[in-house]
Formats: sequence, C-alpha cells, structure tokens
Amino acid sequence: MNVKKLTAGFAAAVMAISGFTFGALADGRLAMPKDKGLWLQEPANEQARRIADFNIELMYIITAITVLVFLLMFYVMWRFRAKKNPEPSKVSHNTLIEIIWTGVPIIILVVIGATSLPLLYYQDVVPETEFAINVTGNQWNWTYEYPDHGGIEFTSYVVPDDVHADAAKKAAAEAELSAFLGYPAHFNARLLDTDNRLVVPIGTKIKVHVTASDVIHSWAVPSLGFKLDAVPGRVNQLWFEVDQVGTYYGQCSELCGKDHAFMPIAIEAVSKENFAKWVEYRRRADQADAFTSAFGR
Amino acid sequence: MAHANPTGWKRWVFSTNHKDIGVMYIWFAFFAGMIGFAMSGLMRMELAEPGIQVIPEVFGMTDNQARHMFNVLTTGHGLIMVFFMVMPALIGGFGNYFVPLMIGAPDMAFPRMNNISFWMMPPAFILLLLSTVVEGAPGMNGFGGGWTAYPPLSTAGHPGPSMDLAIFSLHVAGASSIMGAINYITTIFNMRAPGMTMHKMPLFAWSILITAFLLVLSLPVLAGGITMLLTDRNFGSTFFDPAGGGDPILFQHLFWFFGHPEVYIMILPAFGIISHIVSTFSNKPIFGYLGMAYAMAAIGFIGFIVWAHHMYTVGLDVDTKAYFVAATMVIAVPTGVKIFSWIATMWGGSIRFEVPMMYAIAFILLFTTGGVTGVVLANAGADIVLHDTYYVVAHFHYVLSLGAVFGIFAGLYYWVGKMSGKEYPNFLANVQFWVTFVGVNMIFFPQHFLGLQGMPRRYVDYPDAFTYWNKISTYGYMITAVGVLLFIIVMGITLSRKKTLGENQWGEGANTLEWTLSSPPPFHQFNELPRIK
Repeated sequence: MNVKKLTAGFAAAVMAISGFTFGALADGRLAMPKDKGLWLQEPANEQARRIADFNIELMYIITAITVLVFLLMFYVMWRFRAKKNPEPSKVSHNTLIEIIWTGVPIIILVVIGATSLPLLYYQDVVPETEFAINVTGNQWNWTYEYPDHGGIEFTSYVVPDDVHADAAKKAAAEAELSAFLGYPAHFNARLLDTDNRLVVPIGTKIKVHVTASDVIHSWAVPSLGFKLDAVPGRVNQLWFEVDQVGTYYGQCSELCGKDHAFMPIAIEAVSKENFAKWVEYRRRADQADAFTSAFGR
Repeated sequence: MAHANPTGWKRWVFSTNHKDIGVMYIWFAFFAGMIGFAMSGLMRMELAEPGIQVIPEVFGMTDNQARHMFNVLTTGHGLIMVFFMVMPALIGGFGNYFVPLMIGAPDMAFPRMNNISFWMMPPAFILLLLSTVVEGAPGMNGFGGGWTAYPPLSTAGHPGPSMDLAIFSLHVAGASSIMGAINYITTIFNMRAPGMTMHKMPLFAWSILITAFLLVLSLPVLAGGITMLLTDRNFGSTFFDPAGGGDPILFQHLFWFFGHPEVYIMILPAFGIISHIVSTFSNKPIFGYLGMAYAMAAIGFIGFIVWAHHMYTVGLDVDTKAYFVAATMVIAVPTGVKIFSWIATMWGGSIRFEVPMMYAIAFILLFTTGGVTGVVLANAGADIVLHDTYYVVAHFHYVLSLGAVFGIFAGLYYWVGKMSGKEYPNFLANVQFWVTFVGVNMIFFPQHFLGLQGMPRRYVDYPDAFTYWNKISTYGYMITAVGVLLFIIVMGITLSRKKTLGENQWGEGANTLEWTLSSPPPFHQFNELPRIK
C-alpha cells in the first residue's frame, strides 16, 4: 500500500468533508529564470527591487568606466602606432594626472558606498515581523517548520526528472501537490519544482531561521532578494515579504555534495485569508496523517 | 667554476641552476594546465545541454556517480589551475628564470632549496591526482567539495581517504611555495647588482618580491587550516564541528585569509610582465614607475584585510559586512592606477603590435572588464543575488583565466626567444592570439547573464531556461580548444627551429638586463656583476 497516496487521498477527503476549498491562482505570478535572460530576475518585493535598482546604478557606473578604458586604449592604439608616431616621447611622469586618476575613482567609490551601505543595513536588520519559519537544509532537501502555527512541519524534495517526463506520474505528483496546498497546482519547471511548497501570506513580514543538519547549504530565492547560508550549529536569520500571489523559485546556493543541483526552493505566496485557511487545513491534515500513521503503518 | 655542470638527467634532477629550474617549472605548469583544461572541457560539454549525459558516457558510470564526478572535476580544475598551473608558471617559471637576470644576480640565493622547491611539486600533483581515484564521498571516488573545501562537506561529507590525499597535496605544494618565496625575498634583498637600488629594480622583480611576501604570510594560515581539517577528520578534534564546540565558519575565515591574498599572488606577477611588455613595445619607459611599484604593494597589503567579502552570505554581523564592503572597494583605487599607468605608458609611444603586445593589450582590457564586476560583487547588498552564481564564475575567470593566463601567454611570447634563442612563427602566433581571444570571451561573457538570472555555481544540471547561454559558453570552449591546440603547434614549431636570435629581439624598448645577455643566456651569467648607473 502506497502510504503517501493514501495520505493524499485522505487529505482530499478531509478537504471535501470540511467543505473547504479556496480559489486557484489563475493570475498568480511565476518567478523563475527566463530563457535567454540577460538581467536579474524580475524583482518581486521591496528588497529585490532595491537590489535591482542598485545593480542598475552599478551597471551604469561600470559600463561607463569600461567604455572609457576601451576608448582610451583604442585611441592610443590608433594614434600612437609606430607607423604614425615613429619618435616616442620620453614622458614618464605627470603628477597632476596621477592625482586625478587616484582621486576620481575614490569619489566614484564614495558615491557607490552611499547607496550600498544603507541597502545593506536595510536588508540585514530584521524589522518587526509577524511570525517565523524555521528552515533546515539537509542533504538534499529542505525541511520547513511553522513554530507560530502549531508546528506544521514538512520536507520538500525536488520533483525528479522521470516525473516530468511521464504524463501519468506527473499528474499524480501534481495531484499530491494540489492536495498539499488545498487547491489545484501545476509544475512549471524541471529542477525548480518541489513536491510541496513553502506557503506564505503576501503583504506580511516574515522572519526565517535558517540552519542545516549535515553540511552547509544556502537558502536563496533571487526574485525575493535573499540568500542565506544554512550552517550546521548556527541559526542565521533573514526576513522577507512577498507582494503578490504566486510561485517563487530558488535553488540551493552553497555546494553541498552530490545532489547540490537537486534541492530547489519553491515558495507559494497566497492571500492572508487563504494562508489562515491553509494553516487550519494543514493542521487537520497533519492530525489525519497522525491518524493514518497510527492505524496504517 | 666552483662546481661541475652535470649533464643528462642529472642536469635536471640535481639542478641548482635557476634557468633550468625555471624551464622545468614552465613545463610542469604546461602539463598540469593541459589536465586542468581537459577537466574544464568535460564540465563544459556536460553543461552544453540540460540533463546529465556526457560524464556517464565518458567515464562509464551511473547518473548518480556522475553527479559526484562533476563536483570532483570542478574541485580538481580549481586546485590544478591555481596551485599547479598559474603559480608554477608565473612564480616558479618566469620568476626563477628572470628575477636573477633582471636584478643582475648570478643565480638565486639558495640554489639547492630552489631544487627542492621544484621537486616537491610533482609529488604534490601526483597526490592530488591520486585523490581522484580513491574513495571520497561514501561509495564514490574523489573529493567533490570544491577547491575551498568547506567543512563539514570536507569532513563528515567525505569520510574516504581522498580528502586526506588532497590535504597532503596542498601541504606539499604549500611548503614548496613557501621555500620558493623565502628564496625570492632573500635573492631580491641581497643579490641586486651594484647600483640597482630598490627604486631602480624592474617591475617584474618588484611584483615577485611582493608576491613572495604574500606567500610567506598567507600560506602558513592555509596550512594551519587544512591541518585542522586533517585532525578533525582523523584524530577526533572538533575545530570545525559544532557538536564539539567548533565552528564551520572558522575554516572559511582561515581559508579566505589565505585565499584572497592567493588571487593577488596569481595576478601580481602578471602585472609585472605586462608592465615590461607595454613599455618595450611602446618604446617608452613605464609611466609612473614608483606609483606602479607601490600600487602593487598597496594591493598586496589591502589583499590581506578583505577576505570576508567571500563570505557575505554566511551570516556575518552587518557591521562586519559594512567594513568589508568599504575595504574591498578600496582595492579598485591602486588597480585603477595600474590600468591608467599602462595606458599612459602607451600614450605618446611608438607602438608595435607584436604578439606579446597583443596579449598585453587584451590583458588590460579584459582585466578591466573583470575588475569592474569585482566592484559590483564587493557590495554586499548587490552581492546577495550574485553570490555563488555564474556571475562570480565569470568575474574571476575574467581576472584569472583572461588575466593571469593571458599574462602567462604574453610572457611566453615575450621571453620564449630569450629562453630558447628561437623565434616563434609570427603569423601562426597571431592566429593563435585571435582564436584564443574570441574563444575565452565567448566562454565567459555569457556567464554574466547566467549569473544575473540566478544560475548557481557548481551545478551539474540546470533548469531548461539556462540552456541558451550555456550552449554559447560551450561553443566558446570549443574555439578556445582550437586556440590551445594552435598554442601547442606554435610552441612546437618554435622549439624545432634553429637558434637564430641575438641578444635583443625587441629593440631599444627592451632595456632590462636579460636583454644584454645572449639568447639563450649562458649557463652561468654575470660572473662579473653588471654595474647600474
């Protein structure tokens, strides 16, 4: 007997009995890398927006510097080629120009720092948050726990390639995910989708405690502007907020062994009401789970 | 002569001659570099398409083993290129051969230590290669924890003896480098020809002197760190194990306290070489000589106080991060001084575009490109989305693969005539330059896009959205492979020619002491010390 399937069926039954359903996300946002993408992933919250803005600012500055150096070089190569300029000058000092090319970069760096440091403090200092989530990196999956919501806990694994390749398996796996979330959901990308997703409410500041059980991992979602190492024996904390309903993808970002590329992060952002419903639904399902385990295993 | 000149195999194995040892270092770097290059080829072929298809085919292994094998390849590529290719070529090779010539010394200060420095390298390399064929991760061969070897992946994550062999390899290579560094410092401080004050010393000698100091100060820290790894692994200590009160992050601090100076160890000698080439082919003295020398010293010093910019995501205190942001950005200033001084050296010059000069110009342009992305990464705020992505890979390959390695190519074309007395085939060498230039840029420029889109490093397989630029990058590798093949052909043709070159191949722009000697220089030079005005 496939216990997982049984559980999913049981959860669906609980859902039906309690008359509990909530709307699917037809227009939910999908945050993941784009084919042939050239720039950052579309930012999905204030943190990511500020990072993107800062990156644009840096991009202008470094492009200007690079273009300046290239143009100078090309001009020099053309103007002072041996054929055109057979007699080299003997100049090897010019104090003024040396002061300028030391001083101007310092000014540019101060300008960069004036944006960089406030951004750093904004990201790093955790504001008043509404609740916390504990994230644990394992070889090679993520365990999520909601200590402020009755300790809902589950582990999220990558959806393996053979599931994506086989329509029947895929339908079954999507049904399980739908049962987990409480509404129909679909997979979007190989190596980004997980068997179940971290569910969070939108418009809510959330604190995350990140740690690891075996080796170092890194919990990251580019479109939400965070990346934090999961280190065994330490609890690191970060905060984030999601603006819009949707699915947000990230990948483990610290080499953690053989399946480093196979432990993605998928976050499902829902409205506050739906989050409250989901928490309620999950707790009942967990009780049902406990019920099945008590009698079924 | 005070001693006989051994011939045959004894000339090389028992060699105490700085030129012979330098040549051996260059050959060693060449062979190691070919292995490292082949490893990167396997990785690029694997990454040409999503899915795992090439490595299982090549090694005849399962999909599961291939995932580990990919990590072994990234680790091996990194360690080989850093410790067994760039360092031996630039420091052991060009450093040995040209520092004594340039400062007017008959040989290195400690010729026998020089011999042992070189002869520790092949055993170190063999240990590293052995580590790939013994068990590392449970049930799989080789160490796949990256060249950074962070615990607990390098302790509990790899219980097999593979990691121990890799640690021994680094111990031996490190001891070799420390002895080499002591030798350079002593030689440069004590054996300069009469009249050659520090402020008249050629910039390449300056660069090797500063590099030697960085080695002496940083390598012992690495040695300590990996020894602690060794005892954690084998003798039950818990330096890096939280279960025993240790801290995995401590290793990262130790590693990067070595690791950041290490990147300057790789690039400073290239800076020195580029300065000579730019000056030679502009037929002009280097612009702002003192500024150039002290810019290198400043880069070396600041290089020691910026290490934690490799660790912005480990959970450092925010004030610590703010400090490392500021300190790291400061490095851009002396680096800018060098870039602008090279251009100013060319300004007003009479520039000849010989192959070494082409490599030097490419070095300046590409190093600038890699340098400015370093400024982006220095900012912890921006780094959050870029840390551990292909953006970082692109950045450090621009400064090392297109920086340090172009420095090596430039040096080889500049000095191969001096070392062998033979002229390289000019047309083919130009073709080799252009093919390599196009190839490496095609490999690494698209990786900026992959990183910005969020593709993490060290991934054997990736979501399908990343396919396009990965494919372009792999095509770039194929072009580069043609460049490498051409390089072997060019050097093969060169070495098979007759010795035709006189003392000075490059004309009056080449005015350091090595150009006053025959090509190749006599077995022992400067029996009567030159006097510098």
